[in-house]
Amino acid sequence: MPTEIPLHVNGRATRVTVDDPDMPLLYALRDNLGLHGPRFGCGLGQCGSCTVHLDGRPVRSCVTPLSVVGKKKIVTLEGLGTLDKLHPVQKAFIEEQAAQCGYCISGMIMEAAAFLASNKSPSDAQIKQALAHNLCRCGTHLRIVRAVKRAAAGV
Amino acid sequence: MRFTKPSRREFLKGTGILIVSFSLPSLSKTVSASGTPADTGTKTVALDDVDAFLAIDPSGSVTLYSGKVDLGTGIGTALTQIVAEELDVPLSRVHVIEGDTALTPAQGKTWGSLSIQNGGVQIRQAAATARRALLQEAAKRLGVPVEDLIVEQGTMRSRNGGKQITYGELIGGKTFSLKVDKQAPLKEPATYKIVGRPVPRFDIPEKMTGQSTYMQDFKVPDMLHGRVVRPAGIGATLLSVDESSVKDVPGLVKVVRQGNFLGVVAESEWGAIRAAQKLKASWSDWEGLPEQSKLWEHVRATKVTKDDVTSNIGSAEQALEQAVKRLSATYDFAIHTHGSIGPSCAVAEIKDGKLTCWSSSQGTHDLRQQLAAMLSMPDTDVRAIYVEGSGCYGRNGHEDAAADAVLLARAVERPVRVQWMREDEHGWDPKGPPTLMDLQAGLDANGNVIAWYSQVYVPESATGSVNVKLVAAELAGLPHETGMVPGNIIQNMAIPYTFPNVRTVAHRLAGTPLRPSWIRAPGRMQNTFCNESFMDELAAAVGADPLEFRLRYLNDPRGVELLKRLARLAQWQGRASSGQSSSGQSSSDKTPKRETGDVATGRGLTYIKYELARTYVGAVADVEVNRKSGEIRVKHFAIVQDCGQIINPDGVKNQVEGNVTQTVSRVLKEEVTFDRSRVTSLNWASYPILTFPEIPDVDIELIDRPTEKPWGVGEPSAAVVPSAISNAVFDALGVRLRSVPFTPAKVRAAIQSSP
Repeated sequence: MPTEIPLHVNGRATRVTVDDPDMPLLYALRDNLGLHGPRFGCGLGQCGSCTVHLDGRPVRSCVTPLSVVGKKKIVTLEGLGTLDKLHPVQKAFIEEQAAQCGYCISGMIMEAAAFLASNKSPSDAQIKQALAHNLCRCGTHLRIVRAVKRAAAGV
Repeated sequence: MRFTKPSRREFLKGTGILIVSFSLPSLSKTVSASGTPADTGTKTVALDDVDAFLAIDPSGSVTLYSGKVDLGTGIGTALTQIVAEELDVPLSRVHVIEGDTALTPAQGKTWGSLSIQNGGVQIRQAAATARRALLQEAAKRLGVPVEDLIVEQGTMRSRNGGKQITYGELIGGKTFSLKVDKQAPLKEPATYKIVGRPVPRFDIPEKMTGQSTYMQDFKVPDMLHGRVVRPAGIGATLLSVDESSVKDVPGLVKVVRQGNFLGVVAESEWGAIRAAQKLKASWSDWEGLPEQSKLWEHVRATKVTKDDVTSNIGSAEQALEQAVKRLSATYDFAIHTHGSIGPSCAVAEIKDGKLTCWSSSQGTHDLRQQLAAMLSMPDTDVRAIYVEGSGCYGRNGHEDAAADAVLLARAVERPVRVQWMREDEHGWDPKGPPTLMDLQAGLDANGNVIAWYSQVYVPESATGSVNVKLVAAELAGLPHETGMVPGNIIQNMAIPYTFPNVRTVAHRLAGTPLRPSWIRAPGRMQNTFCNESFMDELAAAVGADPLEFRLRYLNDPRGVELLKRLARLAQWQGRASSGQSSSGQSSSDKTPKRETGDVATGRGLTYIKYELARTYVGAVADVEVNRKSGEIRVKHFAIVQDCGQIINPDGVKNQVEGNVTQTVSRVLKEEVTFDRSRVTSLNWASYPILTFPEIPDVDIELIDRPTEKPWGVGEPSAAVVPSAISNAVFDALGVRLRSVPFTPAKVRAAIQSSP
């Protein structure tokens, strides 16, 4: 039975029509709303590539049912900043060239942005711990850590 | 100011069409970005045509058509640098179209660290040919001698001033109609302004803001979503399907069954996922895999179909007989999965009898042939178009997802997107095969190495084929390759050292448990692991410093220079390689050693000349090993690399850092597990990879040789990592790790069994 669910995404109120209110948020963002930031990686909450913010907290959208989102404000990579108005973390990632294939990077940036909001001047070890559950296969980790550090200096 | 340029997507968006560079009558047929005909049949893709590679429009914009694709390594930017340099146009004026069978030349798969070395060199020569032709034509039009012409930003004029003409005015919208001339002069590297510079990648800003379109994001109008349902056992037969089990799934379009190929198609992605989860199917029992605990016995017992002698100098067997001291050791290297973070994905559409498939394949021209063969269609009715996806590091599941999408699209007569789930990728991508390696060496009375004999057990490779068979084609009983294609895995069996008697033999096996393919530095990594670890064993046996020992047998000046620079970078201090340095008993070792509680430290050195023909890499690894837990922490890698001419030093460093980090993961942690029926390591919990708190620091020194050939960088620095770690653990503990992955259990066992 198609159900209409209101969502607040990247500063705007919107609605999605779905067959299953327990569908993970990821598919609503990607398929119903056409966003490319949140990415499908595992569907199991293991890799972090689907990370978005719910009221500023990083969550794994691939294991977050739509039904629990409620009125929480959702922010995706697109909502964090744009090419014209980059978020400091996005800017730092570009400056450090912190990507290879870049598939995991959306999750890295979302995780790092939420982390830096609560820790303004983290050590390398704290950055690595904060990203311990975000996986990268290309081996871009060193650049990612440098980028987060650079962002911390600029945030 | 960092350089940014519009992506291909923006470039397309701005024009509304895919090919805009031409307005020639012969090329007037434009192709829309969606709903493309399978074959435009107009643009040349012949490898010897300049027009296959390059087009210049009236505004002076240059389009580069590259058969090599950017798999996330940054070669799109590097190839752009080559073209912009050779043509003397600004980087922002060059656009790249990659891996489209209708538009790009078949430059071979994007593999083997050859995109710059082969692909870039072809492109450079096409650009040089174009430049010469443009200058000659300009000389005629301007009435000045060609020698007097200079080019700046795509504008040609006499160095003495006067009239000028742009590329766009001269050739804009017309074809070159020229063959690529191998004699066309290249620019002097000393005059380079773009090549050799750390140009920022043009794809990164979009990737950081969610504006890029990965294969996983790609959609076409009217598209449905498909999922595959894999057999319970790899070779199981599908007995029955209960379609009533999915009748309640909203938006279900069809259950598709063809032989043992089973899939579902739905209006929504979530519908397809739900249907695939709920679909009840029964399969025959199949237990064709060996017991994992007996994998190496199985490999050793597998029928050898032929021997490839990869080097043979003197008589190694005879010299071994005469040796005063003989050493032997057996090494093994586990089965690995590619582990792409985004599982494979593809979109297929069949319209008017023509197939278009969008895929992240490393080789769309090859994929086109495979898909055509599968459907018994002529190649000309198939178009395969590359769309960048999650990194693949070799032949992962991309091509298989493409075949899945094609079969589902054919069944429902609408475009279908197939997104593999995590368990599809971990379970069904082709695997890096298990590799078993026997090493023997002989020493004379003076401690000189007089014999080296290695035997490696690896799957055979089907003659003349470069394609891994498609899962869907096999399951559906459609035409497909039958032989194994594991990649060129016998490279780097031969050694770079000047021993008088050397024999290296690959025993090619009739089978291997899981469908094999190539994963980053295939074979080169396994062979370098055993060779360079065994070199360390020999150095220890004669009480030599591992670096000095290698230099003793190296007569290659570039290799010698590299190792000397490595010694400086890593602050290597000679030692007797006794394996006891961590306890401070190694007399010649001046490296300060710390041992805190149960933790011992050590460092290991290793060296490669890739395929004995190109990129040189030397590495020193620093490790900490906990004697009690057996846990290894790789703290630091020092890498020196000589890849000849460097196109983009930051891109090269990115590859080196990635190679080290990824391979530390493979060496410490990774092993595909299976039961008698199927792969059981189906996600990141059962197949863990390195996480941020575990990564090593990496120091890199690049040796740039602008006047030399540009060699590959995507793989070589991966191949040195396993032996560097193994040798460092020996330095720390005096025990040899000869079995990848170096799990804590194996480390503890090695400590217990050491005398």
